[in-house]
Amino acid sequence: MKQRTGSVLRFAAPLKAFVQRFAFLALVGASFGLMMLGKADMVLVERMRTVTTDAVAPLLDALSRPAAAVSEFAGRIQEAVALRSENARLHEENERLLQWQQVARRLEAENRTLRELLNVVPGATVSFVSARVIADSGGAFVRSVLVGSGARDGVRKGQAVITGHGLVGRVASVGEHSARILLITDLNSRIPVVVASTRDRAILAGDNSDRPGLVHYGNDARVSPGDRIVTSGHGGAFPPGLPVGTVASVSASEIRVQPYVHWDRLEYVRVVDFGLEGILAPPRLREEGG
Amino acid sequence: MHVSVWHRLDGVARRLLPFATTILLVVLSVVPLHLPGLGSVAPALALMGVYYWAIFRPDFLPAPAVFAAGLFQDVLSGMPLGVNALAFLVAYEIVSAQRRFFLGKSFMVMWWGFMLIAAGATAGTWLLVSGLSGAFLSPRPVVFQFLLTLALFPCLTWLFIRAQRVLLQQG
Repeated sequence: MKQRTGSVLRFAAPLKAFVQRFAFLALVGASFGLMMLGKADMVLVERMRTVTTDAVAPLLDALSRPAAAVSEFAGRIQEAVALRSENARLHEENERLLQWQQVARRLEAENRTLRELLNVVPGATVSFVSARVIADSGGAFVRSVLVGSGARDGVRKGQAVITGHGLVGRVASVGEHSARILLITDLNSRIPVVVASTRDRAILAGDNSDRPGLVHYGNDARVSPGDRIVTSGHGGAFPPGLPVGTVASVSASEIRVQPYVHWDRLEYVRVVDFGLEGILAPPRLREEGG
Repeated sequence: MHVSVWHRLDGVARRLLPFATTILLVVLSVVPLHLPGLGSVAPALALMGVYYWAIFRPDFLPAPAVFAAGLFQDVLSGMPLGVNALAFLVAYEIVSAQRRFFLGKSFMVMWWGFMLIAAGATAGTWLLVSGLSGAFLSPRPVVFQFLLTLALFPCLTWLFIRAQRVLLQQG
């Protein structure tokens, strides 16, 4: 009996080593195959992704809650420490905002009167879906987040995603109850924008750093640090005028934009349905594909 | 009879521990922590799992399991499919081939080894993702991620050693 297991082992050990080596090579091949597949067949790969993320979404949702609670607690302590200075700052800001409120009220009234005079057709009604961020790709390599709302809640591919501060990104893929948001800082994000004061057009292009750059602006464009950047509405993906950020630095080779959104405090976002088709409208894609 | 069933279940649970911890690390690495300044960079936690188990229990974490964990990381983080799967596999293969060198060595040697493996994996991932998207990624967050991963390695390893002592070497 002992002898038999010995001979089996003698035979089995090299076989096992061979199988393991073969398995490793096959898996390396499979990895490259998947990379190619991801380039070639976006629809299939995206479906695989959404099915998996849908399945994991409840777990991620549960896990992200205590993390949020802990960060909220830390935030409370910070607030308590900085209470006095914060109070002074808010007083000052309140003064300033009250002035702006006056201006806004006056402009609103004026706007309404002018619209009535000109018989302006009102734009499409806007509807929101508030969604909780349940996963952050944590990305040196990709900038995207998962939210715990999906097709069931009315989230559609290509919709704009904002917070109270400004533009976050757009919906890249949608599952039944989860969706992936491609942030404006991602390498693959291209957003048509304008410089608010001069109306110079440009494209906001992410490169995975915290500050996306401006590209494709005209030669005569006048951009200086501090300028407000808003969406232009070209291309039909986003409505015009969504705040994006301010110009942080201008050099001969590049212009960098500091987004308004605080990336480390991205807890709830609003997915906005402006009634626009969007660049990535699914029906159009399907027509092209078929 | 009764004892043997439990015994077997226990054995299965122990065999699953390396894979389960690696998968758990994948999930944990995408949980948003909302730490100031850390909003954009998260450490490569699962790579630590692959490294540790490749040295100490490669028999309980075979190559297909490593591949699956990498693929899961790709899906959850939204990276191109196959990139992490390949990075984890290559790291696993190198480490498990050199595991005899690491066994019984001091922690500093292990940390140093992890630095080399993580540097290789990070650089490889950076090249692959840059190649696949046809543009060079900003290297700064990549370097930052590498340093953060390196700094967290001792904490994770301490937990792994605990887990291994409690669950793997009992019986």
